[in-house]
Amino acid sequence: MGFNGTSPLLDQRGELRPEDFGAIRELSMNPIGDRIISAFFSPGKETVDFASFVRILAHFHPTETSRSRDGVQPEPANSRTRKLKFAFQLYDQDRDGKISREELLQVLRTMLEMQVTEEQLQSIAERAIQEADLDQDDAISFDEFRKSLEKVDIDHKMSIRFLS
Amino acid sequence: MAALWTLSLLLSACLFWPACLALTPPAELPQPHNLPPSLGFNSSDGSLSVDLPMALRVFSVDYHHVQAPFEIVLWIMLASLAKLGFHWSGRVPAVVPESCLLIMVGLLVGGVIYGVRHSAPPTLSADAFFLFLLPPIVLDAGYFLPGKLFFENLGTILWYAVLGTLWNVLGIGLSLYGVCLLAPSSLGDISLLHCLLFGSLIAAVDPVAVLSVFQEMHVNDQLHILVFGESLLNDAVTVVLYKLFESFLRLPSVSGLDVLLGGCRVLVVGLGGLFVGLFFGLVAALTSRFTSRAQVIAPLFVFLYSYLSYLTSEMLHLSGIMAIVTCAVTMKQYVEANVSERSKTSIQYFLKMWSSVSETLIFIFLGVSTIQDVHMWSWSFVCSTLLLCLIWRATGVLLLTAVVNKLRRNTVTFRDQFIIAYGGLRGAICFSLVFLIDDFPKKRLFITTTIVVILFTVFVQGMTIKPLVELLDVKRKKRALPTVSEEIHSRLIDHLLAGIEDVVGYWGQHYWKDKFEQFNKKYLRRFLIRDDHQAPSSILRVYQELERRDQRGDEEAPPLVDTRSDSRPLLPEEMDSIRRILSRNLQNFNNKQTRAYSRHTLHQDATMDRTRKPLHRHQSLGERYTFNTQGEDGEFSGSRRGRAGLSRSHTVCSMSPRPVLQDSSVPGATSQTRGLVDPKSSAARKEQISPQHQAPVGRTPKKQLSFVSESEKQQ
Repeated sequence: MGFNGTSPLLDQRGELRPEDFGAIRELSMNPIGDRIISAFFSPGKETVDFASFVRILAHFHPTETSRSRDGVQPEPANSRTRKLKFAFQLYDQDRDGKISREELLQVLRTMLEMQVTEEQLQSIAERAIQEADLDQDDAISFDEFRKSLEKVDIDHKMSIRFLS
Repeated sequence: MAALWTLSLLLSACLFWPACLALTPPAELPQPHNLPPSLGFNSSDGSLSVDLPMALRVFSVDYHHVQAPFEIVLWIMLASLAKLGFHWSGRVPAVVPESCLLIMVGLLVGGVIYGVRHSAPPTLSADAFFLFLLPPIVLDAGYFLPGKLFFENLGTILWYAVLGTLWNVLGIGLSLYGVCLLAPSSLGDISLLHCLLFGSLIAAVDPVAVLSVFQEMHVNDQLHILVFGESLLNDAVTVVLYKLFESFLRLPSVSGLDVLLGGCRVLVVGLGGLFVGLFFGLVAALTSRFTSRAQVIAPLFVFLYSYLSYLTSEMLHLSGIMAIVTCAVTMKQYVEANVSERSKTSIQYFLKMWSSVSETLIFIFLGVSTIQDVHMWSWSFVCSTLLLCLIWRATGVLLLTAVVNKLRRNTVTFRDQFIIAYGGLRGAICFSLVFLIDDFPKKRLFITTTIVVILFTVFVQGMTIKPLVELLDVKRKKRALPTVSEEIHSRLIDHLLAGIEDVVGYWGQHYWKDKFEQFNKKYLRRFLIRDDHQAPSSILRVYQELERRDQRGDEEAPPLVDTRSDSRPLLPEEMDSIRRILSRNLQNFNNKQTRAYSRHTLHQDATMDRTRKPLHRHQSLGERYTFNTQGEDGEFSGSRRGRAGLSRSHTVCSMSPRPVLQDSSVPGATSQTRGLVDPKSSAARKEQISPQHQAPVGRTPKKQLSFVSESEKQQ
């Protein structure tokens, strides 16, 4: 579908609005679909222009490990940290830099829509926070998030080879 | 120690019993060696008995009566005791893989029998191998195949299996022919077709050998699945090429058309095996749906249908291995959902047991069959075959990987490539196939060469691959179980990727996986699974256990004191069930028929009756976030029906027995209006919406997201 086919209004405005995303059928069936959509929009803004759209999608470019990096160059959008940050922000809707228990519970509920009772959800969330929370503030900061995913191959998981 | 001695005594008893029986002069002449000899002894005497003329025999031994099953059981007993013995023998299993040890035992037994009988010991008959010994192993492999990993790497595996095997076969065949041309004195009567035939049977990587060696190595999952998947799928190519060259040998001449037809046959054989397996897998799943009243025989159906699929495809000259693997992969999820926990455990245990026995028997017989009179040795042929096998495999892997790495997300490193090339072990399939060749003067040379290649690959390559893996520092399997948070985050990322692929319109892996899971959920699972409620019960049990342990743990030590990261590791079953829930829900989110546990009801759970049934998933949660209330029954329907064919998914209100249906439905509705907003404002919203409780039903509540403007437009 791509950016240019999403909305007939696009040619006039050159921008996307949330309802354009809503037209994507499969995305609306995704349990975190609305979170993904809101991730495209900067907080407070209601539209996203093409440049920002591409910038978001750049997170999913496969990481090139062979690229040489000097300290001056800003960190590329598809680095592991940036990918993780993107995922982190899916949880952290209020952008306070931490995943609180409530935010985690919300995500868990959408993902486990029907199967478990509230108690089980609570205990899963409790377990997850227990495992990840090192400074014991009952919330998961970005560093703790990153640490809990250190064994997972994020570069592989969060890449789509369409932008090459 | 005493136990060990008893064990070895038993073992030697098993060894010598058949030998003693063989001491008595055989009743019939031993059969010529070119025909496939039968399993077990084929000539044995009659009965021994105490000879009392004209009197009642008080004690008599009638061996002849029970000979066949007795000998079979003895061989199996020998195999199993040998296996037991190895695991008790200290450090030996760490260095030498089990397959090597078993072959050595076989060699020993064969030598003993040869020494006692002065004739060749029984060899592995091709029929017995293909019909009885191979299916359990392949079934076990297919049943426990890591499905997700397999399908992710399917392209690469097929690439290696089909093209790699072709490359190997043609390469080895043609170069062997070159070698034969170079030494016309001894090898002159081997024609090109014979060489190609030999190439086709020697080039194939054997799943049995690969499994037995790689199992002990714990390399990273991707490497394992590549080698293993290749060994399974190359059966189609091997079978076709073998039969093709064999039929070419029988034809007076070979034309180009025949070659083309041969190519078509590969496709037919492979796909045919696949479809046969699919068919039987689905029928097995359907049958398992009705086994609730006779749970004891439920595992039997798994085995019967798989074996049936194997036999059917063998009957049709299709690829039996592909059929049985497909059958196992297809029926697994439905059968496991349908049968009870105990049946599931029985299935798994029996599979493991049978495949283990089979594998042990195969290797022992490989050893026994080596001791024969049929050997014909030719240094040039044997050595060149060995060398060519290695060379062609290495070059094949290198070339193919160079091409396939451009298309894969995850490249196959050089170390992995080396292991793939080095791990191409040959095994019993080659051995059986070589016995099936029509007789020609140099057949014995082929047999000898095959045995040498098999022994070389199993012993030399099998023994050295483990230290090589450590030396090259190949990425190993991650041993630790993932933590819950890792699992949750991974699932989130999977959902995220699926969503992004939808945004971009890219039909990637996630897209097809989603599509399949939708189809699966909508049609297959409803048809093939008896009752979808069965699964959560065991999970509920585990979770209650988890909570109980949590409580106990809290009593023992306050949570703040001990280091949280290594407090009480999760039991594997608990982890497993968490993982299963999460992965099942990756597949579930499309199902509008499921009674969704909406998060919105949670806030009311505290106030409302807990016994009420969970809400149905609101259809418009996936749509444009607006809906209208309609009528007395509180049915909601989306203002825009993007999906067709929905029947009952509109009922959002709770089916509570409470008489005040209208009022209870409205809070349900209004709570549905809330989207995924920050928790802080949700409390504020609650108060904001609650005045609507008194509002008339006809009012149109709105689902409010952070894009407030859009909903306000429609108000």
